[in-house]
Amino acid sequence: MTTLELAGLTKRYRVRGAGHMLALDDVDLSITSGRTVALVGQSGSGKSTIARIITQLERETSGQVLLDGVPIPRRGKALRSYRQQVRMVFQDPFASLNPYHTVHHHIARPLLLDRVVPRDQVDAEVARLLDRVRLDPELASRRPHELSGGQRQRIAIARALASRPALLVADEPVSMLDVSIRLGVLNLLAELQEADGLGVLYITHDLATARHFSDEIVVLHHGRVVERGPADDVILTPQHEYTRALRDASPDPERHFGGGREPETTGSRS
Amino acid sequence: MNRDPVLSVSGLSVTYDVDPPVEAVRDVSLTVGQGEVLGLAGESGCGKSTLAYAVQRLLRPPAEITGGEVVLHDVGGSDVDLTVLPAAEMDRLRWDQIAMVFQGAMNSLNPVLSVGDQLADVFTRHRPAMRRAERTETCGALLEMVGVGANRLRSYPHELSGGMRQRVMIAMALALRPRLLIMDEPTTALDVLVQREILQEISRLREELGFSVVFITHDLPLLLEISDRIAVMRAGRVVETAPAADLYRHPQHEYTKRLLGSFPSLTGERGDFVRKGGVTV
Repeated sequence: MTTLELAGLTKRYRVRGAGHMLALDDVDLSITSGRTVALVGQSGSGKSTIARIITQLERETSGQVLLDGVPIPRRGKALRSYRQQVRMVFQDPFASLNPYHTVHHHIARPLLLDRVVPRDQVDAEVARLLDRVRLDPELASRRPHELSGGQRQRIAIARALASRPALLVADEPVSMLDVSIRLGVLNLLAELQEADGLGVLYITHDLATARHFSDEIVVLHHGRVVERGPADDVILTPQHEYTRALRDASPDPERHFGGGREPETTGSRS
Repeated sequence: MNRDPVLSVSGLSVTYDVDPPVEAVRDVSLTVGQGEVLGLAGESGCGKSTLAYAVQRLLRPPAEITGGEVVLHDVGGSDVDLTVLPAAEMDRLRWDQIAMVFQGAMNSLNPVLSVGDQLADVFTRHRPAMRRAERTETCGALLEMVGVGANRLRSYPHELSGGMRQRVMIAMALALRPRLLIMDEPTTALDVLVQREILQEISRLREELGFSVVFITHDLPLLLEISDRIAVMRAGRVVETAPAADLYRHPQHEYTKRLLGSFPSLTGERGDFVRKGGVTV
């Protein structure tokens, strides 16, 4: 059981000629193994800043990030071991893979760096990881440009899983993918999470997937948490007016047509 | 469906003449009625943008129209086939009768010209007789109309937010009061609150000015809310056309069903979504 806790997290960016911009204001949040927390809010609400601080691509101004009660180490082996436990899947699968390297290289690198398996088992482990994300292990020799967006995102997920993390931060993992494959990738994430008991922070602006993909939803507005609770409650009976505004602005044919969709449309899955 | 048609597309095909040739649009037939919002849904690569470009003869080689016709029904009752119209005629007609809000419109403004100058361009080109003072006044009124405000005439694109730039693009497209507005993913890059504001703006303007809209997007839930009818495209073909409510309640084509199933419902049931490691394929 691993718990990542954000306590009183605050981030101020200096803005040239305009003092400071408060990107995060006293945010408390916790992610535990086996649970998915969705972080929703419009652009500029601070969602990605949270992801960047958790993965230490950015430093907090004040407050703390604690992994099982221990603050994030600032350097050295301890930081590396923290990063081995907390992995990230980025939004843009076209930018997050290096065009010069093969799929094998991308997945083998964390295996070697974190010494997950002995060197002579790396190839087998790469194949196993590809298989876990439902890709043909034959793809290992390909380069990113030979793959579709969905395949690339699966590789990014395999790479994130390679070091056997306890927690995964997924920052808009499907927003750049074609609609018909989004569900497949989200379902894959849900399934891997279940199998590995992963804790997932799912960052998104899409309320519908947030509701169905997570246990808990945290609503961020101007860097502050304005509402949090069980996923269905936050969407179906929002308490804060900002959450209501977000919900009402999201397209919802169900509400628009007053229900009545034929049940036969469910269950057809690719 | 007794609206007078504004545009009828019949048997339209577009091929990218590369090796091997790609048939991006195959035998597409559609009509857009007066004051109607026709939604065009489909995924990337299905040919929806190519179709929009073809309708306005904006395709560049290697793309070319290989068959079919695009008929614009004039107010006076005379019909014009746009596919065979001389280029000069087409130039005159474009923007005047059919205008377009392009995909990524936010980035299609010229960064070194003020938005006022860019709006004025439309009038210098299409209404050369218009005097400068009147032009400035009209441009100001257009910015007011889309909720940006005439005081932004001298602003440069980088000084405006994404939503405001999108509104400027809409103002520009509506400048000459076209009869048909084609919008290609006009709100995809905006977040939901801004998207909703802009959609409300478009529907208000449509009631006010009475133009028809072809709205192109992959976002089917959005399309279901704003369209009168929806055409679903796949691999260059229109696989199904139906009134929005019918398409939602009784989709006929397998692909439409799959597309509908790709969007988990906000307040309804789970659909194809598994939360806790259910069986997935």
